[in-house]
Amino acid sequence: MAPDTTELVKQVLKGNRRAAARLMTLTESLSPEAHAVIKQLYPHTGKAHIIGITGPPGSGKSTLVDKLIEKYRSQNLSVGVVAVDPSSPFTGGALLGDRIRMNRFASDHDVFIRSMGSRGHLGGLAWATMDVVHILDAMGKDIIMVETVGAGQAEVDIVQLAETVVLLSVPGLGDDIQTIKAGIMEIGNIFAINKADLDGADRRFVELQSALDLGQEGDGWEPPILKVIATVGEGIEDLVKAIQSHHEYLVESGEIAKNRERRCYAQLETIIEHSFIRKLLMDPDERALFDKLVTEVDQRKTDPYTAAERLILHLIKTPKK
Amino acid sequence: MVNIKNLSYSNYTGLDGHDRGAKVVARALRDAGFEVIYTGLRQTPEQIAETALQEDVDVVGLSILSGAHMRLFPEIMQLLKEREMADVLVIAGGIIPEDDFEPLKKLGIKAIFGPGTPTGEIVDFIRKHTK
Repeated sequence: MAPDTTELVKQVLKGNRRAAARLMTLTESLSPEAHAVIKQLYPHTGKAHIIGITGPPGSGKSTLVDKLIEKYRSQNLSVGVVAVDPSSPFTGGALLGDRIRMNRFASDHDVFIRSMGSRGHLGGLAWATMDVVHILDAMGKDIIMVETVGAGQAEVDIVQLAETVVLLSVPGLGDDIQTIKAGIMEIGNIFAINKADLDGADRRFVELQSALDLGQEGDGWEPPILKVIATVGEGIEDLVKAIQSHHEYLVESGEIAKNRERRCYAQLETIIEHSFIRKLLMDPDERALFDKLVTEVDQRKTDPYTAAERLILHLIKTPKK
Repeated sequence: MVNIKNLSYSNYTGLDGHDRGAKVVARALRDAGFEVIYTGLRQTPEQIAETALQEDVDVVGLSILSGAHMRLFPEIMQLLKEREMADVLVIAGGIIPEDDFEPLKKLGIKAIFGPGTPTGEIVDFIRKHTK
């Protein structure tokens, strides 16, 4: 191992912001050096309460996060924020604008905010979001909030990362059928209706309530529905209490163990999948075989399932370098 | 290969609060494949430097219309230096009289783009001056 990774680990554990920020950049570029550092940081993680904030574009996620930071800071808790915005599928560029709403905390050294472009990853997060959360956790942040890209129906990766998911909704989005579809509606531990001063907030409340009532017998946690007006901070106190109650519920019921296991399972699965594909595309020999199989599939000389089996077999049999 | 660079586009417009120019540039950089962290209006030097640090940016873009650049830019440069971020490329735009170009360049501000600069020129400059 390169000696400078040990230094980087030490600095991050001490809470050095510059070192942490650099490491985050390395993980974003999926560098092996960064992964070496994460390996050493991992034993120091698992202490923070990780809260996911998700909801449609423009529903007020960043504004809500800003108000939550304020509350947590008033309780003297340190806060980390990861805010993900979409990358362009054409240029790879991105305009990361979540910070605008919360940059009043930029000079508070107990708050660390990091923006991320999704960089082609679907599901509402960037591939390296998990690593950035680990880094914030290792830095000793008490609360870590992960703000997803504007989520529609299927951006549900946040469940693999957060202990508590706050699903933000706003008045005027579709009818009650939307609220009983599978996907994002299932992942909220807490439902918050933002912009509750707008027309339709009560209707939204009733729709959500009846959708939740239709549900099968739950695991003992009944997701509360809260009305908030994030711009003026209304309802934030109750939201913070609900987040706290959910955490207490997880701990007292023992659900937290299952929750952790589920998250580790998903993380491991993602890493394996990703490493596999990376190895395939980076290694010249395997890449050649991959390209050859693509052509064969295209020419109908083989089918995609057989091609995949051949590749996997080849990867397993290739000795480690 | 997509050229991805971080860039914190900070606005410091004093009292009037115009950000059209900064938004045009931010958009152009996005389209050129950069990741642009847009901080919004009325940032203090401390907020700008701290954002640059936390986001680990390669470039800081400052837009200023208020005329306070000779007071604020030295402060920003100093705060970046204190954060071991002296190697970050700092560029500026907005309303800056030509007489101030020299002293600002001495401060370490690598380029100043006045009104009417084609955005492509800014993109090229950044590409040329970052790794």
